[in-house]
Amino acid sequence: MKKFVSGMLAAVMALSLAACSGNNSSDTSSAQDSQASTSEGASQATIKLGGIGPTTGGNAQYGNAVKNGEQLAVDEINAAAGYTVFELKFEDDESDPETALNAYNALKDWGMQVLVGPVTSDPSLNVASECVNDNMFMLTPSASAEDVALTGSNIFQMCFTDPNQGVVSANYIADNNLGTKIGIIYDSSDPYSTGIYTAFMAQAQELGLNIVVSDASFTADNKSDLSTQVTKCQEAGADLVFLPIYYNEASQVLIAADRIGYEPTFFGCDGMDGILGVEGFDTSLADGLMMLCPFSAFGDDETTTTFVSAYKAAYNDETPNQFAADAYDCVYAIYQALQDGAISPDMSSSEMCDALTTAFTSMTFNGTTGEGQTWDENGMISKEPKVYIIESGAYVLAD
Amino acid sequence: MQFLSYLISGISLGSVYALIALGYTMVYGIAKMLNFAHGDIIMIGSYVIFFAFGSFGWNPIVAVLFSMVVCLILGIVIERVAYRPLRDAPSLAVLITAIGVSYLLQQVAQLLWTSNTKSFTSVVGLQKVTLFDGQLTISGETIVTILVCIVIMVFLTLFVNHTVPGHAMLAVSEDRGAAQLMGVNVNATISLTFAIGSALAAVAGALLCSTYPSLSPTTGAMPGIKAFVAAVFGGIGSIPGAFIGGILLGVIENLSKAYISTQLSDAIVFAVLIVVLLVKPTGLLGKKVNVKV
Repeated sequence: MKKFVSGMLAAVMALSLAACSGNNSSDTSSAQDSQASTSEGASQATIKLGGIGPTTGGNAQYGNAVKNGEQLAVDEINAAAGYTVFELKFEDDESDPETALNAYNALKDWGMQVLVGPVTSDPSLNVASECVNDNMFMLTPSASAEDVALTGSNIFQMCFTDPNQGVVSANYIADNNLGTKIGIIYDSSDPYSTGIYTAFMAQAQELGLNIVVSDASFTADNKSDLSTQVTKCQEAGADLVFLPIYYNEASQVLIAADRIGYEPTFFGCDGMDGILGVEGFDTSLADGLMMLCPFSAFGDDETTTTFVSAYKAAYNDETPNQFAADAYDCVYAIYQALQDGAISPDMSSSEMCDALTTAFTSMTFNGTTGEGQTWDENGMISKEPKVYIIESGAYVLAD
Repeated sequence: MQFLSYLISGISLGSVYALIALGYTMVYGIAKMLNFAHGDIIMIGSYVIFFAFGSFGWNPIVAVLFSMVVCLILGIVIERVAYRPLRDAPSLAVLITAIGVSYLLQQVAQLLWTSNTKSFTSVVGLQKVTLFDGQLTISGETIVTILVCIVIMVFLTLFVNHTVPGHAMLAVSEDRGAAQLMGVNVNATISLTFAIGSALAAVAGALLCSTYPSLSPTTGAMPGIKAFVAAVFGGIGSIPGAFIGGILLGVIENLSKAYISTQLSDAIVFAVLIVVLLVKPTGLLGKKVNVKV
């Protein structure tokens, strides 16, 4: 029966891929026109960027945000340059490690020179080891597990790592005396969530924070009902609930807490970004929610406002989340390396990998998710997480 | 008091499982097939309510009724297009088709409404009830879910046992060939079963999403599987079995979340299922009850 199921999956996937590529074909053809109209050869050749992420399935919202962010950056760069600097092909991995490998191989056959992906941590771990074998440069916008970057010297991250977020959160809570009794609700089936949780617990112990609920976890399979976890925190009298989880589940936690009249301070990480965009969600419930995030669509600096308005114009007025912002930055970071002359389009993927590895560890990058960012030799980014508080449906920077 | 609170929310969750399990068990009893697309009909029904009630501001009862009609038609169409041509095919072929329909519905939902999770506005207007000086709070959703489940169960039992179409369903479930010879319209009876099961799925969707307000194209998948387990647990083919199986499953799941481990709750649920099936291979009520629908 399994064979049939996987056959069915494959058929459905092929269909959905066909549907996706339908959208891109017009872009590519117009891009080719513009390439044909410009005469220069070598200097105007195209670099092929590959993207991998879940555009279907349960994590599709993250994959689509990344895909949109990357496509927007590619379109902008191509339009500004007047020829096709980058060509982007985005493959669906359904957030499945095996499918991600297939997607990676398909992109390699297509002639991918640089990989901007995958989006989620498990597929990234799998693909990263292939990238190390093939000496392919990999820059993931959002796979924040520490192990991803540690797979090899040519694996880079645009987002900050999970342990980093856990430590910063614990420090912030301790420094500002946000809670005397702390409860934690996390997703034990998700490496992102557990990564933050483990680091947070360790740091909290060091700082002497009083954790009263640490076993209120859930898994991908039983996350439709989170009320028991919330009740546990209420029972223990937690006045701060730490939520190192994604915004969908977080919105459920907030609703469940509201129903039983429980009002602690909620503190989340970057996965919380997007909670105000959940359709049908009463955003007043999110008032007072604190979150650690590198990017705010409400920011008023020029980079952010340009990006947000361009994104909204391109994608039905959707507000970009941090996934889209990280993805957008990824393409611009590679573009910066290209402009610096570190890479040229005629390089093979392996040559480009060596050149980009050198370039990334020495350059400073300003993007929508932070100024003056640098990468260490492990490929981890130096990013200063900021703490925001949600007030009447907008992010306000906390001090 | 906390125990009571966990128990009640377990019964509420179990009621939703029971409603979904009814759809599985009726279709199995009559058509001898597992309709794996059942969970996804719940999802479609929930989306219909989400738009009718949340976006267009219809009266919640009208929205639920409308969703029931949509699901009813969808159920009949699926049966007509995907399952009826396979009536005489090996059961494995039908099973695979059902899985295919399930994926089809999920993917269509994703194309139509994107994969972004929507937050479902509860269709239940009832306020929460506080008992014992505020020590016990029961949400309106919980009360309505349990009541609706009991009412539906009673009506369904009466319908099957005391009406002509109900008797036709019993006859088809006992012996399809003989029923046909006796002049029962088998195809119409099977269509009716799908229609009832799908309409119940819409109700289950409304209650499920009101209690656990997160709606995405995969919303129906896991509750669908759990309800299938509940149907097997209670004895597949048996209506009271689906009810008891659903409630027990919900209670076991919630109590193990509360007192043992939130992570292992599913493992415990399935372990209990294995134990029950080892002791009683036909499920709790699989043998005792001759009435199969």
